[in-house]
Amino acid sequence: MPETFNPWLWSLLTVGQILLIVVLLLIAIAFLLLADRKIWAGVQMRKGPNVVGPFGLLQSFADLIKFVLKELVVPAGADKFVFLLAPVITVTLALAGWGVIPLAPGWVIADINVGILYLLAMSSLGVYGIIMGGWASNSKYPFLGALRSAAQMVSYEVSIGFVIITVILLAGTMNLADIVKAQDGGFWNWNVFGGGGLANLPLALVMIPMMVVFYISALAETNRPPFDLPEAESELVAGYQVEYSSTPYLLFMLGEYVAIVLMCAMISILFFGGWTSPVPLPIDSWPATAQSIVYCLIFSVKVVFWFFMFAMAKAIVPRYRYDQLMRLGWKVFLPTSLVGVFLVAGYKVFQKVYM
Amino acid sequence: MALQAIAFYLMATVTILAGLAVVFARNPVHSVLFLITAFFSAAGLFVLMGAEFLAMLLIVVYVGAVAVLFLFVVMMLDVDFARLREGFARYLPVGGLVAGVLTIEMIMVAVNVATRGAAAGNATPQASAPDVTNAETIGRVLYTDYVYFFQAAGLVLLVAMIGAIVLTLRHKPHIKRQSVSAQTARTPKTGMKIVDIKPGEGISE
Repeated sequence: MPETFNPWLWSLLTVGQILLIVVLLLIAIAFLLLADRKIWAGVQMRKGPNVVGPFGLLQSFADLIKFVLKELVVPAGADKFVFLLAPVITVTLALAGWGVIPLAPGWVIADINVGILYLLAMSSLGVYGIIMGGWASNSKYPFLGALRSAAQMVSYEVSIGFVIITVILLAGTMNLADIVKAQDGGFWNWNVFGGGGLANLPLALVMIPMMVVFYISALAETNRPPFDLPEAESELVAGYQVEYSSTPYLLFMLGEYVAIVLMCAMISILFFGGWTSPVPLPIDSWPATAQSIVYCLIFSVKVVFWFFMFAMAKAIVPRYRYDQLMRLGWKVFLPTSLVGVFLVAGYKVFQKVYM
Repeated sequence: MALQAIAFYLMATVTILAGLAVVFARNPVHSVLFLITAFFSAAGLFVLMGAEFLAMLLIVVYVGAVAVLFLFVVMMLDVDFARLREGFARYLPVGGLVAGVLTIEMIMVAVNVATRGAAAGNATPQASAPDVTNAETIGRVLYTDYVYFFQAAGLVLLVAMIGAIVLTLRHKPHIKRQSVSAQTARTPKTGMKIVDIKPGEGISE
């Protein structure tokens, strides 16, 4: 904290940073959404959106204008306030998570001690937007979708929590910036390979499955295919968003995509070193800002790679049946991640004693 | 400190108003939503006191899991308000008595906190070391001084979990269940049966 700490100046600066991140993020989302559709189309040997702008690059903006200009329909029996609050909550919570994501050394809005718990909290609160929207629509399909979603998201949070505990055990801290710094120096220090160079390499046997569990749970937590049961269009028409139109629908979709990119950022930070480079870069003599920009680009590449993985999962995996989803969450992932926590904790304890 | 003061009064007001709304809302789903608001702003108050770990636990456990299930159940109930209000006058004396006792107790606690506790400047709670985060501080006392209580709490939760499972687990005998290992182990040899049917006889299971 500087000597002349001015609370008002600080507030103004923080708001400025938040606005900057939100604007950049939303522009990035516009293109990621297009990338999602293009990848999906590519897998199915279609062209995808290719009319608006060169290669369809402006498709997302055209969609945005279309959504905003449509008529807003609120169903007659709906609880109007909750109905309109639900999409706002979805998008707010998804954006709030970005407050603690370290984009580059020192580039983080709120460098808090319990950043990882904050992220878990924000992603677990995402269920409220869906369940409130489904209930307030006063219709059967949205309500069924909301109930499914509540059960699904609560179930997969458990395994996400356990996987996060393994990472906390490796890093010894819950501060996201410190977790990233602990993985600095090269890809052999990344948590997915045990997070401590050669000494922790046996842990890669545990951490690689943990990474896979986290990836699949992240798909389920963000209601992405193959776990998009809350909006399964073949059974529930469109689940919790049946009654939504215009801007509220846009907000739902936006919140969903922001949450997906947040999950991609979480995988990158927890397992693949966040902004750290896979091999040491000879840029120590560069000015700090230039270094930060390079690290920020590395982080973006990792996030985009994981977004590509999300898009591929959507394209190639068929949807789960509901009982299969629950079986996977409770009978496979929960025991696996629990065993993972035991193994990592045991390794950390006995490593101190015997090595 | 102006920012902290503003944040405190904002969140304290929201907590109290949301708490009142929980009681006075006519729709039970709205009540639960206000309860969640109250939890959330209480977590904000924790953060202001420097207990960020507790604040996050409050949000993850209560708001993220317990209140979701709460909402889940309340949404599925068809609550008849007219019938609920019938018993209001009958339970008023007992309810009023309990409320009165609770209010008196809380006033006594508040008076004691104001005159003897940290607010009066007598015993300021201290962190074990300035650079230790409060998650670490809690861990240090929880797994050493209070380890038996911690284990006992774990046992209580285990018993509760087993109880819930015993109450709800029913095996219906005639239901076909999916066995994933049996499905994936299926080969044409085991999955197919070749039956030699004589003409005009048909086949019976």
